[in-house]
Amino acid sequence: MAEKTVSIETSMLSRNERLATELRERFRAHQVYVVNVLSSPGSGKTSTILATNERLRDRYRCAVIEGDIASDVDAVTMKEAGLPAVQINTGGLCHLEGNMISQAVDALDAGVGLDAIDVIFIENVGNLVCPVDFDLGENLAIMILSVPEGDDKPVKYPGIFQHAGALLLNKVDVAPAFDFDMSAYNAVLDDLNPTAPRFSVSATKGDGMDAWCAWLSEQIEAARA
Amino acid sequence: MHELGLMSGVADTVVESARQAGAERVISVHLRIGDMAEVMDEALQFAWEVLRDEDPLTKDAELEVDYVHPRSLCVSCGNEFEHDRFHLRCPACGSAETMLLSGRELDIVGIDIETPDDAPN
Ligand SMILES: Nc1nc2c(ncn2[C@@H]2O[C@H](COP(=O)(O)OP(=O)(O)OP(=O)(O)O)[C@@H](O)[C@H]2O)c(=O)[nH]1
Ligand SMILES: [Mg+2]
Ligand SMILES: [Zn+2]
Ligand SMILES: [Zn+2]
Repeated sequence: MAEKTVSIETSMLSRNERLATELRERFRAHQVYVVNVLSSPGSGKTSTILATNERLRDRYRCAVIEGDIASDVDAVTMKEAGLPAVQINTGGLCHLEGNMISQAVDALDAGVGLDAIDVIFIENVGNLVCPVDFDLGENLAIMILSVPEGDDKPVKYPGIFQHAGALLLNKVDVAPAFDFDMSAYNAVLDDLNPTAPRFSVSATKGDGMDAWCAWLSEQIEAARA
Repeated sequence: MHELGLMSGVADTVVESARQAGAERVISVHLRIGDMAEVMDEALQFAWEVLRDEDPLTKDAELEVDYVHPRSLCVSCGNEFEHDRFHLRCPACGSAETMLLSGRELDIVGIDIETPDDAPN
Protein backbone atom coordinates (compact mmCIF):
# COMPACT_ATOMS: atom_id res chain seq x y z
CA MET A 1 0.00 0.00 0.00
CA ALA A 2 1.13 3.49 -0.79
CA GLU A 3 -0.44 6.80 0.06
CA LYS A 4 -0.50 9.70 -2.28
CA THR A 5 -2.05 13.09 -2.79
CA VAL A 6 -3.93 13.84 -5.98
CA SER A 7 -4.45 17.48 -6.84
CA ILE A 8 -7.85 18.34 -8.33
CA GLU A 9 -8.11 22.16 -8.06
CA THR A 10 -11.51 22.80 -9.52
CA SER A 11 -14.51 24.81 -8.40
CA MET A 12 -17.36 22.96 -6.74
CA LEU A 13 -19.50 25.11 -9.00
CA SER A 14 -17.55 24.47 -12.20
CA ARG A 15 -20.56 23.07 -14.03
CA ASN A 16 -22.72 26.06 -13.15
CA GLU A 17 -19.87 28.46 -13.94
CA ARG A 18 -19.45 26.92 -17.38
CA LEU A 19 -23.17 27.31 -18.04
CA ALA A 20 -23.14 30.90 -16.76
CA THR A 21 -20.32 31.76 -19.17
CA GLU A 22 -22.28 30.22 -22.06
CA LEU A 23 -25.40 32.13 -21.03
CA ARG A 24 -23.49 35.39 -20.76
CA GLU A 25 -22.13 34.93 -24.29
CA ARG A 26 -25.58 34.09 -25.59
CA PHE A 27 -27.16 37.15 -23.96
CA ARG A 28 -24.40 39.33 -25.35
CA ALA A 29 -24.74 37.94 -28.87
CA HIS A 30 -28.45 38.85 -28.86
CA GLN A 31 -27.98 42.16 -27.01
CA VAL A 32 -30.13 41.04 -24.11
CA TYR A 33 -29.57 42.70 -20.71
CA VAL A 34 -30.33 40.35 -17.83
CA VAL A 35 -31.33 41.29 -14.29
CA ASN A 36 -31.34 38.63 -11.55
CA VAL A 37 -33.93 39.73 -8.96
CA LEU A 38 -33.28 38.52 -5.40
CA SER A 39 -35.29 38.94 -2.19
CA SER A 40 -37.15 37.11 0.56
CA PRO A 41 -40.57 35.70 -0.29
CA GLY A 42 -43.09 38.51 -0.64
CA SER A 43 -40.70 41.50 -0.63
CA GLY A 44 -42.02 42.66 -3.98
CA LYS A 45 -40.05 41.01 -6.79
CA THR A 46 -43.10 40.52 -9.01
CA SER A 47 -44.48 44.00 -8.23
CA THR A 48 -41.10 45.63 -8.89
CA ILE A 49 -40.64 43.85 -12.23
CA LEU A 50 -44.15 44.90 -13.30
CA ALA A 51 -43.63 48.53 -12.24
CA THR A 52 -40.22 48.61 -13.94
CA ASN A 53 -41.65 47.18 -17.15
CA GLU A 54 -44.35 49.87 -17.14
CA ARG A 55 -41.63 52.52 -17.21
CA LEU A 56 -39.28 50.79 -19.65
CA ARG A 57 -41.73 49.31 -22.13
CA ASP A 58 -41.70 52.26 -24.55
CA ARG A 59 -37.96 51.85 -24.88
CA TYR A 60 -37.17 48.21 -24.20
CA ARG A 61 -38.98 44.94 -24.80
CA CYS A 62 -38.89 43.03 -21.53
CA ALA A 63 -39.44 39.36 -20.72
CA VAL A 64 -39.45 37.40 -17.48
CA ILE A 65 -38.15 34.08 -16.22
CA GLU A 66 -40.03 33.10 -13.08
CA GLY A 67 -38.37 30.81 -10.56
CA ASP A 68 -40.58 29.25 -7.91
CA ILE A 69 -40.45 26.07 -5.90
CA ALA A 70 -43.96 25.32 -7.18
CA SER A 71 -46.90 27.00 -9.02
CA ASP A 72 -47.10 29.35 -11.98
CA VAL A 73 -49.06 32.23 -10.43
CA ASP A 74 -46.28 34.79 -11.01
CA ALA A 75 -45.85 33.77 -14.67
CA VAL A 76 -49.61 34.10 -15.17
CA THR A 77 -49.49 37.60 -13.62
CA MET A 78 -46.66 38.57 -15.96
CA LYS A 79 -48.45 37.29 -19.05
CA GLU A 80 -51.59 39.18 -18.05
CA ALA A 81 -49.43 42.30 -17.99
CA GLY A 82 -48.32 41.53 -21.53
CA LEU A 83 -44.84 40.27 -20.65
CA PRO A 84 -43.50 37.10 -22.27
CA ALA A 85 -42.89 34.81 -19.29
CA VAL A 86 -41.44 31.36 -18.72
CA GLN A 87 -42.05 29.56 -15.46
CA ILE A 88 -39.40 27.35 -13.86
CA ASN A 89 -40.46 25.08 -11.01
CA THR A 90 -37.41 24.09 -9.02
CA GLY A 91 -39.25 21.26 -7.28
CA GLY A 92 -37.94 22.18 -3.85
CA LEU A 93 -34.54 23.58 -4.80
CA CYS A 94 -33.96 26.88 -3.00
CA HIS A 95 -32.32 28.78 -5.88
CA LEU A 96 -32.09 28.84 -9.68
CA GLU A 97 -29.13 27.28 -11.50
CA GLY A 98 -27.66 27.81 -14.95
CA ASN A 99 -29.19 24.71 -16.54
CA MET A 100 -32.71 25.88 -15.62
CA ILE A 101 -32.02 29.30 -17.13
CA SER A 102 -30.66 27.72 -20.34
CA GLN A 103 -33.92 25.83 -20.78
CA ALA A 104 -36.01 28.91 -20.03
CA VAL A 105 -33.98 30.96 -22.51
CA ASP A 106 -34.52 28.24 -25.15
CA ALA A 107 -38.25 28.57 -24.50
CA LEU A 108 -38.15 32.36 -24.87
CA ASP A 109 -36.12 31.98 -28.05
CA ALA A 110 -38.63 29.50 -29.46
CA GLY A 111 -41.45 31.87 -28.48
CA VAL A 112 -40.95 35.59 -29.13
CA GLY A 113 -37.29 35.05 -30.08
CA LEU A 114 -34.25 36.45 -28.26
CA ASP A 115 -33.70 39.14 -30.87
CA ALA A 116 -37.11 40.54 -29.99
CA ILE A 117 -36.08 40.92 -26.34
CA ASP A 118 -33.97 43.70 -24.82
CA VAL A 119 -34.22 42.91 -21.12
CA ILE A 120 -34.87 39.67 -19.23
CA PHE A 121 -35.80 39.82 -15.55
CA ILE A 122 -35.10 36.59 -13.71
CA GLU A 123 -37.30 36.40 -10.61
CA ASN A 124 -35.25 34.09 -8.41
CA VAL A 125 -36.67 31.88 -5.67
CA GLY A 126 -37.44 33.98 -2.57
CA ASN A 127 -34.36 33.24 -0.43
CA LEU A 128 -31.63 35.45 1.04
CA VAL A 129 -28.89 32.81 1.15
CA CYS A 130 -28.61 30.26 -1.62
CA PRO A 131 -28.99 32.27 -4.85
CA VAL A 132 -25.80 34.20 -4.05
CA ASP A 133 -23.45 31.37 -5.05
CA PHE A 134 -25.15 30.67 -8.41
CA ASP A 135 -24.18 32.87 -11.34
CA LEU A 136 -26.91 32.87 -13.99
CA GLY A 137 -24.96 34.83 -16.58
CA GLU A 138 -26.77 38.02 -15.57
CA ASN A 139 -25.49 41.56 -16.11
CA LEU A 140 -26.89 42.76 -12.80
CA ALA A 141 -28.16 41.19 -9.59
CA ILE A 142 -30.50 43.35 -7.51
CA MET A 143 -31.59 42.79 -3.95
CA ILE A 144 -35.03 43.96 -2.84
CA LEU A 145 -35.60 44.40 0.88
CA SER A 146 -39.04 45.53 2.01
CA VAL A 147 -39.65 47.84 4.96
CA PRO A 148 -41.69 45.34 7.04
CA GLU A 149 -38.73 42.92 7.09
CA GLY A 150 -36.72 45.32 9.23
CA ASP A 151 -33.48 47.29 9.01
CA ASP A 152 -31.35 44.49 10.49
CA LYS A 153 -31.43 42.22 7.43
CA PRO A 154 -28.01 43.31 6.06
CA VAL A 155 -26.50 42.30 9.41
CA LYS A 156 -28.20 38.91 9.30
CA TYR A 157 -27.67 38.17 5.60
CA PRO A 158 -24.51 40.07 4.63
CA GLY A 159 -23.73 37.83 1.63
CA ILE A 160 -26.65 38.84 -0.52
CA PHE A 161 -26.39 42.55 0.31
CA GLN A 162 -22.69 42.48 -0.54
CA HIS A 163 -23.31 40.58 -3.78
CA ALA A 164 -26.00 42.88 -5.22
CA GLY A 165 -25.17 45.53 -7.83
CA ALA A 166 -28.16 47.65 -6.75
CA LEU A 167 -30.17 47.67 -3.52
CA LEU A 168 -33.88 48.47 -3.55
CA LEU A 169 -35.80 49.21 -0.37
CA ASN A 170 -39.43 48.52 -1.25
CA LYS A 171 -42.79 49.29 0.39
CA VAL A 172 -41.62 52.70 1.62
CA ASP A 173 -45.27 53.77 1.44
CA VAL A 174 -45.94 51.78 4.61
CA ALA A 175 -42.83 53.06 6.43
CA PRO A 176 -44.88 55.09 8.99
CA ALA A 177 -46.34 51.84 10.34
CA PHE A 178 -42.91 50.28 10.96
CA ASP A 179 -39.95 51.53 12.95
CA PHE A 180 -37.44 50.90 10.17
CA ASP A 181 -34.21 52.67 11.16
CA MET A 182 -32.96 54.14 7.90
CA SER A 183 -29.68 55.39 9.33
CA ALA A 184 -28.84 52.02 10.89
CA TYR A 185 -29.63 50.32 7.58
CA ASN A 186 -27.46 52.75 5.63
CA ALA A 187 -24.60 52.60 8.12
CA VAL A 188 -24.21 48.83 7.66
CA LEU A 189 -24.41 49.10 3.88
CA ASP A 190 -21.81 51.89 3.78
CA ASP A 191 -19.23 49.32 4.87
CA LEU A 192 -20.77 46.18 3.39
CA ASN A 193 -21.52 47.39 -0.13
CA PRO A 194 -20.46 51.01 -0.57
CA THR A 195 -20.60 50.96 -4.39
CA ALA A 196 -24.12 49.65 -5.12
CA PRO A 197 -26.66 52.47 -5.54
CA ARG A 198 -29.65 52.38 -3.18
CA PHE A 199 -33.20 53.20 -4.18
CA SER A 200 -36.15 53.69 -1.86
CA VAL A 201 -39.24 52.65 -3.77
CA SER A 202 -42.85 51.65 -3.61
CA ALA A 203 -43.48 49.19 -6.40
CA THR A 204 -47.23 49.44 -6.03
CA LYS A 205 -47.57 53.20 -5.38
CA GLY A 206 -44.75 54.28 -7.67
CA ASP A 207 -42.50 56.24 -5.27
CA GLY A 208 -38.87 56.26 -6.39
CA MET A 209 -39.51 54.04 -9.40
CA ASP A 210 -38.50 56.70 -11.92
CA ALA A 211 -35.06 57.14 -10.34
CA TRP A 212 -34.49 53.39 -10.27
CA CYS A 213 -35.62 52.99 -13.89
CA ALA A 214 -33.46 55.89 -15.05
CA TRP A 215 -30.41 54.28 -13.47
CA LEU A 216 -31.28 50.86 -14.91
CA SER A 217 -31.68 52.37 -18.40
CA GLU A 218 -28.19 53.86 -18.09
CA GLN A 219 -26.80 50.42 -17.24
CA ILE A 220 -28.59 48.85 -20.22
CA GLU A 221 -27.20 51.52 -22.56
CA ALA A 222 -23.70 51.16 -21.11
CA ALA A 223 -23.80 47.40 -21.72
CA ARG A 224 -24.69 47.97 -25.38
CA ALA A 225 -21.98 50.50 -26.07
CA MET B 1 -29.39 25.08 2.01
CA HIS B 2 -27.80 23.63 -1.08
CA GLU B 3 -24.88 21.87 0.59
CA LEU B 4 -26.22 18.45 -0.40
CA GLY B 5 -26.30 19.44 -4.08
CA LEU B 6 -22.81 20.92 -3.92
CA MET B 7 -21.39 17.90 -2.12
CA SER B 8 -22.99 15.49 -4.56
CA GLY B 9 -20.96 17.19 -7.30
CA VAL B 10 -17.87 16.92 -5.10
CA ALA B 11 -18.49 13.20 -4.54
CA ASP B 12 -18.73 12.59 -8.31
CA THR B 13 -15.49 14.48 -8.96
CA VAL B 14 -13.70 12.71 -6.12
CA VAL B 15 -14.72 9.21 -7.25
CA GLU B 16 -13.74 9.98 -10.84
CA SER B 17 -10.32 11.35 -9.85
CA ALA B 18 -9.70 8.47 -7.45
CA ARG B 19 -10.50 5.87 -10.12
CA GLN B 20 -8.23 7.59 -12.63
CA ALA B 21 -5.42 7.58 -10.10
CA GLY B 22 -5.91 3.86 -9.41
CA ALA B 23 -6.98 4.37 -5.80
CA GLU B 24 -8.04 1.49 -3.60
CA ARG B 25 -9.66 3.93 -1.23
CA VAL B 26 -9.91 7.63 -0.56
CA ILE B 27 -8.46 8.66 2.81
CA SER B 28 -9.49 12.30 2.78
CA VAL B 29 -11.05 15.00 0.63
CA HIS B 30 -9.77 18.59 0.82
CA LEU B 31 -11.92 21.62 0.16
CA ARG B 32 -11.12 25.35 0.25
CA ILE B 33 -14.06 27.56 1.15
CA GLY B 34 -14.24 31.31 1.49
CA ASP B 35 -15.89 32.80 4.57
CA MET B 36 -18.19 34.76 2.25
CA ALA B 37 -19.56 31.68 0.46
CA GLU B 38 -23.08 30.77 1.56
CA VAL B 39 -22.39 27.33 3.02
CA MET B 40 -22.41 25.99 6.56
CA ASP B 41 -19.70 23.69 7.86
CA GLU B 42 -22.10 21.36 9.70
CA ALA B 43 -24.30 21.01 6.63
CA LEU B 44 -21.27 20.18 4.46
CA GLN B 45 -20.06 17.55 6.90
CA PHE B 46 -23.54 16.08 7.21
CA ALA B 47 -23.95 15.92 3.44
CA TRP B 48 -20.56 14.23 3.09
CA GLU B 49 -21.41 11.61 5.71
CA VAL B 50 -24.49 10.70 3.69
CA LEU B 51 -22.83 10.80 0.27
CA ARG B 52 -19.56 9.03 0.99
CA ASP B 53 -21.44 5.76 1.55
CA GLU B 54 -22.59 5.76 -2.06
CA ASP B 55 -19.24 4.47 -3.32
CA PRO B 56 -16.97 1.90 -1.63
CA LEU B 57 -13.96 4.08 -2.58
CA THR B 58 -15.11 6.97 -0.40
CA LYS B 59 -16.93 5.26 2.46
CA ASP B 60 -14.21 6.00 5.04
CA ALA B 61 -12.98 9.29 3.58
CA GLU B 62 -12.77 12.28 5.91
CA LEU B 63 -13.80 15.73 4.73
CA GLU B 64 -11.24 18.43 5.52
CA VAL B 65 -12.13 22.04 4.89
CA ASP B 66 -9.78 25.02 4.90
CA TYR B 67 -11.68 28.24 5.40
CA VAL B 68 -10.27 31.31 3.66
CA HIS B 69 -10.62 34.79 5.16
CA PRO B 70 -11.69 37.48 2.72
CA ARG B 71 -8.93 39.69 1.26
CA SER B 72 -9.39 42.72 -0.95
CA LEU B 73 -7.22 45.08 -2.96
CA CYS B 74 -7.90 48.81 -2.80
CA VAL B 75 -8.02 50.22 -6.32
CA SER B 76 -7.48 53.76 -5.02
CA CYS B 77 -4.35 53.30 -2.90
CA GLY B 78 -3.11 49.76 -3.65
CA ASN B 79 -3.52 48.55 -0.08
CA GLU B 80 -4.15 44.82 0.23
CA PHE B 81 -6.14 43.95 3.35
CA GLU B 82 -7.88 41.14 5.18
CA HIS B 83 -11.42 41.83 6.36
CA ASP B 84 -14.57 40.26 7.76
CA ARG B 85 -17.89 39.75 5.98
CA PHE B 86 -19.11 43.24 6.81
CA HIS B 87 -16.30 45.71 6.17
CA LEU B 88 -15.33 45.89 2.52
CA ARG B 89 -13.99 49.46 2.52
CA CYS B 90 -10.23 50.07 2.46
CA PRO B 91 -9.12 50.58 6.07
CA ALA B 92 -6.15 52.70 4.93
CA CYS B 93 -7.86 55.33 2.78
CA GLY B 94 -11.60 54.66 3.24
CA SER B 95 -12.16 54.08 -0.48
CA ALA B 96 -15.13 51.99 -1.63
CA GLU B 97 -13.32 51.02 -4.82
CA THR B 98 -11.96 47.65 -3.77
CA MET B 99 -11.63 44.28 -5.49
CA LEU B 100 -12.27 41.05 -3.66
CA LEU B 101 -9.18 38.83 -4.10
CA SER B 102 -10.39 35.88 -2.05
CA GLY B 103 -13.18 34.89 0.30
CA ARG B 104 -15.78 33.44 -2.06
CA GLU B 105 -13.96 30.18 -2.90
CA LEU B 106 -15.88 26.93 -3.20
CA ASP B 107 -13.00 24.74 -4.43
CA ILE B 108 -12.10 21.10 -4.44
CA VAL B 109 -8.37 21.13 -3.68
CA GLY B 110 -7.56 17.43 -3.93
CA ILE B 111 -7.69 14.02 -2.31
CA ASP B 112 -5.41 11.74 -0.34
CA ILE B 113 -5.68 8.18 -1.58
CA GLU B 114 -4.28 4.74 -0.93
CA THR B 115 -2.95 2.90 -3.99
CA PRO B 116 -1.57 -0.62 -4.43
CA ASP B 117 2.26 -0.59 -4.45
CA ASP B 118 2.37 -1.49 -8.12
CA ALA B 119 0.02 1.28 -9.19
CA PRO B 120 1.19 3.42 -12.10
CA ASN B 121 2.40 6.87 -11.08
N1 LIG C 1 -47.81 48.53 0.43
C1 LIG C 1 -47.06 47.95 -0.49
N2 LIG C 1 -47.29 46.67 -0.81
C2 LIG C 1 -46.50 46.10 -1.74
C3 LIG C 1 -45.46 46.83 -2.41
N3 LIG C 1 -44.85 46.01 -3.27
C4 LIG C 1 -45.46 44.80 -3.17
N4 LIG C 1 -46.46 44.87 -2.26
C5 LIG C 1 -47.37 43.78 -1.86
O1 LIG C 1 -46.63 42.75 -1.24
C6 LIG C 1 -47.15 41.48 -1.60
C7 LIG C 1 -46.06 40.63 -2.23
O2 LIG C 1 -45.60 41.27 -3.42
P1 LIG C 1 -44.98 40.47 -4.63
O3 LIG C 1 -44.58 41.45 -5.65
O4 LIG C 1 -45.88 39.37 -5.02
O5 LIG C 1 -43.69 39.87 -3.91
P2 LIG C 1 -42.69 38.72 -4.44
O6 LIG C 1 -41.36 39.03 -3.89
O7 LIG C 1 -42.82 38.59 -5.92
O8 LIG C 1 -43.33 37.43 -3.75
P3 LIG C 1 -42.92 35.89 -4.01
O9 LIG C 1 -42.78 35.72 -5.50
O10 LIG C 1 -44.09 35.15 -3.47
O11 LIG C 1 -41.67 35.66 -3.26
C8 LIG C 1 -48.31 41.74 -2.55
O12 LIG C 1 -49.49 41.73 -1.81
C9 LIG C 1 -48.03 43.13 -3.08
O13 LIG C 1 -49.17 43.83 -3.45
C10 LIG C 1 -45.28 48.20 -2.05
O14 LIG C 1 -44.41 48.91 -2.57
N5 LIG C 1 -46.09 48.68 -1.08
MG1 LIG D 1 -43.22 36.88 -7.06
ZN1 LIG E 1 -30.47 26.52 0.04
ZN1 LIG F 1 -7.16 52.42 -0.02
